[in-house]
Amino acid sequence: MSEPKLLKLVIAVLHRDIVASLRRGSEWSNPLVFFVMVCALFPLGIGPQPDRLADLAPGILWVVALLASLLATDSLFRGDFDDATLEQMLLTHQSLYPQVLAKTLAHWLVTGLPLSLLSPMLGLLLHLPGEGTVPLMLSLVLGTSVLSFIGAIGAALTVGLRKGGLLLSLIVLPLYIPVLIFGSSAVKAAIEGAAYLPQLAMLGVFFLGALAFAPLAICGALRISVDQ
Amino acid sequence: MSISSTFHKWGSPRWFYQFSGRLLPWLAILSLLLLVGGAVWGLAFVPADYKQGNSFRIMYIHVPAAAVAMGAYMTMATAGAIHLIWRMKLAAMVMKAIAPIGASLTFLSLLTGAVWGKPTWGTWWVWDARITSVLILFFLYLGVIALHQAFENRDAAAKACAVLAIVGAVNIPIIYWSVEWWYSLHQPASISFTGESTIHPSMLRPLMATLCGMYLFFGWLLLLYTRIEILEREKNTRWVQDLICGESR
Repeated sequence: MSEPKLLKLVIAVLHRDIVASLRRGSEWSNPLVFFVMVCALFPLGIGPQPDRLADLAPGILWVVALLASLLATDSLFRGDFDDATLEQMLLTHQSLYPQVLAKTLAHWLVTGLPLSLLSPMLGLLLHLPGEGTVPLMLSLVLGTSVLSFIGAIGAALTVGLRKGGLLLSLIVLPLYIPVLIFGSSAVKAAIEGAAYLPQLAMLGVFFLGALAFAPLAICGALRISVDQ
Repeated sequence: MSISSTFHKWGSPRWFYQFSGRLLPWLAILSLLLLVGGAVWGLAFVPADYKQGNSFRIMYIHVPAAAVAMGAYMTMATAGAIHLIWRMKLAAMVMKAIAPIGASLTFLSLLTGAVWGKPTWGTWWVWDARITSVLILFFLYLGVIALHQAFENRDAAAKACAVLAIVGAVNIPIIYWSVEWWYSLHQPASISFTGESTIHPSMLRPLMATLCGMYLFFGWLLLLYTRIEILEREKNTRWVQDLICGESR
């Protein structure tokens, strides 16, 4: 297959998925609502003292963003699996790798990216110090993309199962840990006035690694799920 | 014997069942000897530590359990890869057998660590880099077990678990490394956990015995679990029916 054709395929899948999720609405808005609601629970649970919240804010924001991204991941392949689009994707003579790549990127664009863009507002609610806002957004932009790729592996493995949701979190959460460590520490470092670029660079490394290798695992997992 | 015929032999559950049957008693005897012998040696005959007193003796279980638990995950991932690449059924059975054993060993090492930590550090749990890594390893095992149970189709379960085990194995170095980094960033190294390298030979020898014993014990359990799995999967074949009916007759 020539290169322009490959690119065309990626763009076509991206376009289709983005349009579909935007029209469905709940797919991109539910994770955002979840993000806001759970963040609002923390002051209620911990207490409203601003300095205490400010101390915990980087960790809370990152953990809740991670959970929101995880919940959104479950639906990544579900619709296409149910109406057998996935089967058609496997049957076409087009390679599966670029299609999976495009699907995962599209998923990140409608879930992870809005989460990252919304995060400064929640930072305000949790009294996140101002220096942390930009690093929070940047680390979430990079980090949620990695989460989408890792989550997509889990979603592909569990898509054929009826009770996929909780299982997905069990198998995917341990793999999320490195992203969480570097993401939240980037924000903390920025608040303490230290350099946060090293952490962002590590997240970038994770992103590139996931971009290259995760689709391989996703393709394998999808074949297993469709074949059974 | 050529490589391919060896390979075919290992791919045959029946051959493996008979072969492992001959191995079982030896593994059982050796592992129990080493484990019990090493434990008695370590508990009763090794002098007490001048600082920790007698509480250090739990390491004769703790260290082997932790070491074997880590090795077991890599074995599971390797078996998974073999199953995916060469479609070897036996590898799938081995993989399924390892998960609960590895999870139990990981839990055992966490539990013994906590029991040791209480008198030594005054707390059951510390968010130390190594403890956290083992906890994550435990989670990875639980994930594989949960995924396996969720599938009704056995072949799909094996393949899915193989993919997950491989992804986990690729991630383990990254997880370990990032947890180390996280720990060194957030907590001063007030307690040194690397005292094992300066261990006195009189304490080390029983540890070596229980370590070897634990590896053999793992091998023994692995064979037992795999044999059960073989019988379960091949229950409709002639040789299993002959085997079972022959015994009951």
